Amino acid sequence: MNTIPTSQTVDLATVSLRELNQSLHRLGDRTNLSHWRILNPRGAHALACGLDADVTVEVDGDAGYYCAGMNKRATVIVHGNVGIGVAENMMSGRVYVKGDASQAAGATGQGGLLVVDGNTSGRCGISMKGIDIVVKGSIGPMSAFMAQAGSLVVFGDAGDALGDSIYEARLFVRGTVKSLGADCIEKPMKDQHRAELYAKLKEAGVAGEVDVGEFKRYGSARTLYNFHVDNASAY
Amino acid sequence: MNEHSRPPQTVPRLSATFDPATMAEIRRAAATGIYDIRGGGTKRKLPHFDDLLFLGASISRYPLEGYREKCGTDVVLGTRYAKKPIHLKTPVTIAGMSFGALSAQAKEALGRGASMIGTSTTTGDGGMTPEERGQSKTLVYQYLPSRYGMNPDDLRRADAIEVVVGQGAKPGGGGMLLGQKISPRVAKMRCLPEGIDQRSACRHPDWTGPDDLEIKIEELREITDWEKPIYVKVGASRPYYDTALAVKAGADVVVLDGMQGGTAATQDVFIEHVGIPILAAIRPAVKALQDLGMHRKVQLIVSGGIRSGADMAKALALGADAVAIGTAALIALGDNDPRWEAEYQKLGTTAGAYDDWHEGRDPAGITTQDPDLAKRLDPELAGRRLANYLAVMTLECQTIARAAGKSHVHNLEPEDLVALSIEAAAMAGVPLAGTNWIPGQGSF
Ligand SMILES: Cc1cc2nc3c(=O)[nH]c(=O)nc-3n(C[C@H](O)[C@H](O)[C@H](O)COP(=O)(O)O)c2cc1C
Repeated sequence: MNTIPTSQTVDLATVSLRELNQSLHRLGDRTNLSHWRILNPRGAHALACGLDADVTVEVDGDAGYYCAGMNKRATVIVHGNVGIGVAENMMSGRVYVKGDASQAAGATGQGGLLVVDGNTSGRCGISMKGIDIVVKGSIGPMSAFMAQAGSLVVFGDAGDALGDSIYEARLFVRGTVKSLGADCIEKPMKDQHRAELYAKLKEAGVAGEVDVGEFKRYGSARTLYNFHVDNASAY
Repeated sequence: MNEHSRPPQTVPRLSATFDPATMAEIRRAAATGIYDIRGGGTKRKLPHFDDLLFLGASISRYPLEGYREKCGTDVVLGTRYAKKPIHLKTPVTIAGMSFGALSAQAKEALGRGASMIGTSTTTGDGGMTPEERGQSKTLVYQYLPSRYGMNPDDLRRADAIEVVVGQGAKPGGGGMLLGQKISPRVAKMRCLPEGIDQRSACRHPDWTGPDDLEIKIEELREITDWEKPIYVKVGASRPYYDTALAVKAGADVVVLDGMQGGTAATQDVFIEHVGIPILAAIRPAVKALQDLGMHRKVQLIVSGGIRSGADMAKALALGADAVAIGTAALIALGDNDPRWEAEYQKLGTTAGAYDDWHEGRDPAGITTQDPDLAKRLDPELAGRRLANYLAVMTLECQTIARAAGKSHVHNLEPEDLVALSIEAAAMAGVPLAGTNWIPGQGSF
């Protein structure tokens, strides 16, 4: 009996990145190849970037810069660490990093969900525009800089200058925050916020792992929204 | 005492250092506590293309017959890596100006005008609007630090991608769009609350330095399947190194914007005091391309105060492949037109000096998001005016090229030029007129 294959394995030791990305981009909506496994990524940059299909791509190993960049709809799971800018400017879909992520994880993301099991370096969620980011470890300095919208949830600690010049993004941190950036303040964590956080964690499939009551909430004081000379030292 | 014995009087003498504008600015700063923000480019006089002249043909060079002998103007951009390079009929393009800074009507008019003439237009810090995509045959999509409105669909809809590192008006500075111009539509595209003073970052969020840029460019190419030319735009400050690094990072095209270049809104101190004039920047950039064996393989687009076919011809003669215009295009659409003088007066200014583009009250309906003001600009008529102006620039450039005996405007060369001032001679690397002296030759 003939069965239509639904999964595909690509070994980057023998296939070029260009060919792989091209094949992933060509997947139409009616593709049967809904599951891809990538072997030997060996830190390749721009791996599985620009996807726009309801597929799952699993990467067995470490990826370089901009893995799953500008992702739409697809689920990308990296069984390893990732370099700078994982899921940068993601529009929708899901990206899971089982290891650690370097700087600028989820930068400028407009939608979708990024889950990092390990830690991220600095600038996590920089200029985020609607993406939800969950980091089970800790995040580095200058995270959520100019964060516009979306949420950043951190199970561990946050580095210096969290949420500097933040707009409307919502930040939840369970551990300590080394320092807050300009115009970022702690805000009361009320029932509605605990419910909101719980919903985000549930969406990320990690709801049972932490007690939402242990998180603190941070956001914009909105004092820098319109220039005022008396705030000049904050600029 | 009679009249004749009165000692001679001193006349009131204004200071050259503390001139009226300087003093007014000190008083304004003292009263408000905030630096002056404005649109446009540098207002002070700088060494510029006016300081260069073409020699024209003579006994030793033949001119081409005007109108009869062909003088080509076409240019292909993105021949290095892109599968689909851009073909322009004339080497003058419309520079990136954001929707937000400009009304949707103005963006549409730019697209119409450029398309009629067979050249490209460029998005800006705020994303791509359907109006400009619809009306622009060839549209360059800017990739800016803010990433406002950035998305993979528009990236693929674009004909080329321009990674903006800097702008001539403010090399090293980010953008700003004041609350008055953050209309509901602009706010939505940028994912920001309405009415706030929006500051855009000056550094890209996910790359720093040339090695990262190389990887960023690779990502953009991968996302767009290596189809689109990728430009890198820099403000003129260290043109030799910036050009070399952009080439190393894999750019198809380098866009070099001199300090005269316009801006939608920047601190006056930035506009007037940071960066170098385009005249001083072209030769070092071309030298970098030549040193790398990449001149004409990686194309160079220059901008900053370009107003005419003469400026265009001079930029090409210095080694550029094309020029870009911002301010001049807005003037062609109707910016600062004396017909609105009464309204400029009400705003405390006069036609020709109006530069409060950031306030969004533009009587000409161009640098505004006010629906009533924006309606004043008819995109079809304004587009036609822009097309006429671009056609004139092209004809002027051809006129000069023919006079210099060139069958294509790209055949213009530094040897066709002389300078009127020592400064211009040194900056452009061409002899002072009437001499064979090129000051500073040999070490940029
Ligand atoms: C109203 C206005 C808006 C601009 N917006 C942008 C922008 O969004 N991104 C950018 O790279 N440059 C922007 N610029 C600069 C232009 O792209 C270009 O570099 C400059 O206008 C060229 O100089 P010129 O105005 O003397 O022709 C803007 C310029 C103007 C006048």
